[in-house]
Amino acid sequence: MNYFPDEVVEHVFDFVTSHKDRNSISLVCKSWFKIERYSRQNVFIGNCYSINPERLLRRFPCFKSLTLKGKPHFADFNLVPHGWGGFVQPWIEALARSRVGLEELRLKRMVVTDESLELLSRSFVNFKSLVLVSCEGFSTDGLASIASNCRHLRDLDLQENEIDDHRGQWLSCFPEAYTSLVTLNFACLEGETNLVALERLVARSPNLRSLKLNRAVPLDALARLMACAPQIVDLGVGSYEDEQDSESCLKLQAAIRKCTSLRSLSGFLEAAPHCLSAFHPVCHNLTYLNLSYAAEINGSHLIRLIEHCKKLQRLWILDSIGDKGLEVVASTCKELQELRVFPTDLQGGGNTAVTEDGLVAISAGCPKLHSILYFCQQMTNAALITVAKNCPNFIRFRLCILEPHKPDHVTSQPLDEGFGAIVQACKNLKRLSVSGLLTDQVFLYIGMFATQLEMLSIAFAGDTDKGMLYVLNGCKKMRKLEIRDSPFGDTALLADVNKYVTMRSLWMSSCEVTLGGCKRLAQKAPWLNVEIINENDNNRMEENGYEGRQKVDKMYLYRTVVGTRVDAPPFVWIL
Amino acid sequence: MSPEEKLQSNVSDGGLKEHNYLGLSDCSSVGSSNLSGLADDDKATISLKATELTLGLPGSQSPARDNTELNLLGPAKLDEKPFFPLLPSKDEISCSSSQKNLASGNKRGFSDTMDKFSEAKVSVYAEKNWMFPEAVVANQSVVKKEVPQNIPKGKQSTTNNSSSPPAAKAQIVGWPPVRSYRKNTLATTCKNSDEVDGKPGSGPLFVKVSMDGAPYLRKVDLRSYNNYGELSSALEKMFSTFTLGQPGSSGATGKDVRNETRLKDLLNGKDYVLTYEDKDGDWMLVGDFSWEIFIGVCKKLKIMKGSDAIGLAAAPAPRTMEKSKMRA
Repeated sequence: MNYFPDEVVEHVFDFVTSHKDRNSISLVCKSWFKIERYSRQNVFIGNCYSINPERLLRRFPCFKSLTLKGKPHFADFNLVPHGWGGFVQPWIEALARSRVGLEELRLKRMVVTDESLELLSRSFVNFKSLVLVSCEGFSTDGLASIASNCRHLRDLDLQENEIDDHRGQWLSCFPEAYTSLVTLNFACLEGETNLVALERLVARSPNLRSLKLNRAVPLDALARLMACAPQIVDLGVGSYEDEQDSESCLKLQAAIRKCTSLRSLSGFLEAAPHCLSAFHPVCHNLTYLNLSYAAEINGSHLIRLIEHCKKLQRLWILDSIGDKGLEVVASTCKELQELRVFPTDLQGGGNTAVTEDGLVAISAGCPKLHSILYFCQQMTNAALITVAKNCPNFIRFRLCILEPHKPDHVTSQPLDEGFGAIVQACKNLKRLSVSGLLTDQVFLYIGMFATQLEMLSIAFAGDTDKGMLYVLNGCKKMRKLEIRDSPFGDTALLADVNKYVTMRSLWMSSCEVTLGGCKRLAQKAPWLNVEIINENDNNRMEENGYEGRQKVDKMYLYRTVVGTRVDAPPFVWIL
Repeated sequence: MSPEEKLQSNVSDGGLKEHNYLGLSDCSSVGSSNLSGLADDDKATISLKATELTLGLPGSQSPARDNTELNLLGPAKLDEKPFFPLLPSKDEISCSSSQKNLASGNKRGFSDTMDKFSEAKVSVYAEKNWMFPEAVVANQSVVKKEVPQNIPKGKQSTTNNSSSPPAAKAQIVGWPPVRSYRKNTLATTCKNSDEVDGKPGSGPLFVKVSMDGAPYLRKVDLRSYNNYGELSSALEKMFSTFTLGQPGSSGATGKDVRNETRLKDLLNGKDYVLTYEDKDGDWMLVGDFSWEIFIGVCKKLKIMKGSDAIGLAAAPAPRTMEKSKMRA
């Protein structure tokens, strides 16, 4: 292999894009390591505290795209207190000082400030793409900087962020000469939008493919926007009531008919049914439909829309669709690969909108299904066993029974057998979330059969440390394990310290893990940051003289090559 | 592994019976099937214990209740602490006890055969009282009562929902695992109260609020306010985006709209008035009924320009006087 000049080898490497593969390549020999590191374009860092910017730059001096993830997954559910960390500022500062020609930045669960966005916008001449998912800490002023300064911006994609909307004029900050927009997603902004600026921006963006609007874009503006951008592929509709304006609805229908490239539809926070039906003409081409915020639309209208969507590959929907609706999906959407069914009633008020029957129907009707997220009130082992038989191709299987500890509602047994069937049948399963009444048995099955499992989420399950041990011993490819409210303690935590070399992170909250156990682990595993998060106490636990046998409420540990982080707030104690 | 072999043999049989994945074909005892090799004695012992009606941890034996370190559950607990979300208080945290925690059903037997030393070493899972908002204090004077949800299985658990206080379920931190962004967004687009609960008195009461000139509607839960003042402040916050930054919208009032204008002031300054549509479809000025009566009759709210509201009568005693109609 050293007979080829470096440039040839590098050219070959260009065809290898997955991070895992490139990491493997770099291990082959020194020469390949060197060639690979200089040619790596996209760097993915799954935990921003596992490495620091300086080391990143030393290893990969020439990258163009950086993906960073900050807070642990359970932060999505308010389990991580505000201020825990995940700040992007030091990264942007370091990259700005270096000579990296950053073109793309993708952040997930990080804290971003207006200052960071301003610095970003001024430091990288060729910056093209900003994707922020579940981030917080910035306002529309930061967006204004990006709009003003990034001459070559192509993508501004804001997904489900907490953005302080100053109702400024950030949209008008895009220069008049700026015409390179491809993606614009500001659906998560709460405030009023400058419609004139938006329309002019869309009108001068011939390459615009993806446009996702926020609530404040009314029906007539939507119609005009679609008329300006018939080339649109991905549309996120805002929120509108059509009480008076049937003329706008007609204009919308006319505009929609021209959008023959439309493949993806989302939004619909509030939409009267007959505006929904305006989209029927384009449904036959849709591959992605996200109606999971459409709480106002009742099941029958959803069904009427979906009946037209024969090519659908991804569907996100609310459980108001009901089992009957899912049967329609099963008989219509034969290309379906991913389904997410979200709960409308978060209080668990007993509204059995979807049950195990809907899940079974989908599994029977959709042969290509490989990813599912399903919130429901009840489940049975028999149903799960049937699902496993129907769909052995699951890569992601996430089932959330809303009531913790709920057993099989027919037999009153734990759901061990059902989940056991899933892991046994689905040999490629990479991600699993379990729920309902579960004993250690289910974890034995998971350890035995889920050989490819990389991420496992456990809540209110198991009986003893053995459960967790089955998983740690059995799942060789485990990367992220997150556990809450389950009786696993120090024995399981400490049984195999080397396991945490191959794992990215472990989260345990409201379990049986003690301070003493965590300390012992931190001692044995110096490559880990073992964080104790105790938001009730702003003083450090050690100062309060906590005993070793004290249970820790939240523990988050992760492997790192750069030791203890310096930006931890007082309520985080890193052992 | 033998379970796999069993499964394959069942499949190749082309069996019509529904098998659980272990290859045992009795559907009704899906939960009771065990891996072969389980001693019958163990099964019998465990099922006895599992079905015993006790107050306490699932499967915990009676002596457990003498152990003051265990958390016991039950809605009838004497409660000293106010409600707080899940974090266990320090004095409640139970140290490990040597009680073996029997799990529900007969599945437990499998672990029993695997672990001969389970008696001494297994630590009991002290059930955190996430199910109930009251912090539970272990004591011996516990009354034996049917405990919802945590009774060892093998019993009917369908009565659970009726016996446990519904409020308890809603209070688990971070549960259900739905992103807060999604929760907040859905809350704003929540269903009307008529659909949410059957109980008119306790559920939220959402009405749509529109404002002349605003591009979209909002919704407010009338039951989350106690009087007109609170409603007014909330609407002011919600709709201030449309009044601020609109120089000159106040027209005749001559105020500095950008900094000083508030909806309340606008309302008082007679530039905007708050009106509502009642059950008869008539538009009335807000303010003359008592708050309780108002939320009973209000179907929709609208913030109208003062000039449009001329001719709108103040709300009289219902149904006894003429109401002037207002074009919506």
